[in-house]
Amino acid sequence: MPITSVIPDAETLTLTVVGDYAVPVERLWAAWTDPRQLERFWGPPTWPATFTAFDLKVGGKAEYHMTGPEGQKSGGYWRFTEVHPGRGFTFVDGFCQPDGTPNDDLPGTIMEMEFESTPGGSRYVAVSRFPSIEAMEQLVAMGMIEGLKAAQAQLDGVLGLEAA
Amino acid sequence: MVVRMADDELDRLFRALADATRRDIVRRTLVGSVSVSGLAADYAMSFAAVQKHVAVLESAGLVSKIPSGRERLVRAEPEQLARARRALAELEAIWRQRDIQLDAILAEPEE
Repeated sequence: MPITSVIPDAETLTLTVVGDYAVPVERLWAAWTDPRQLERFWGPPTWPATFTAFDLKVGGKAEYHMTGPEGQKSGGYWRFTEVHPGRGFTFVDGFCQPDGTPNDDLPGTIMEMEFESTPGGSRYVAVSRFPSIEAMEQLVAMGMIEGLKAAQAQLDGVLGLEAA
Repeated sequence: MVVRMADDELDRLFRALADATRRDIVRRTLVGSVSVSGLAADYAMSFAAVQKHVAVLESAGLVSKIPSGRERLVRAEPEQLARARRALAELEAIWRQRDIQLDAILAEPEE
């Protein structure tokens, strides 16, 4: 498995994922910064992502939506706060309202991506910093994990009731 | 080690929720605590069957039982750390799926 470690921290609400690959770091960087490649792995097969904008610079934005099995759409955006070409970037991953405008009621997740060469090829380290448990649960509800659709839909309902 | 525990936790969580009666129990107990007999009164099954459902939910961390006189009250357990752990386990699963797809792309010859 390419993922070599996953470190969740329930007290700081962070998730650190490390992936090691037998490809040069430039190739790994390209997969993460080319919207045509990103949309092939950002979302699961049941809820694929489509990136409609991608402006990799400080203050720039990426726009994407996920499309569900019945054509439901769920929109998101990235706002880049740091960019170090070839080495890493940091962005805020946020939710959009149905009309595509950022949802300011839900704070975004801070994502810190770092890329480096390794003896075996290259590695990325992704640190997700979640603003709250509610935001994490919202992300889970939107995550559409393959093979767990029925349970997931019900979990949505359960968490929706809890949030009310 | 941490990763394997998260997988088990995730399995228990989704197994617990893959049943309509158990989902209903979680929904009801999120609103307020209910005794096991109170729950059983509303389902067309034996008291023992309802107890078994509650036990599955309890082992997944979704409910807990509080003694109240002669009865046990069932309440949902949205306490912060357990919720955070559960959500993190699920987000981890999202990352693993994402990683499988990324790996497939990287295995393709570049144009």
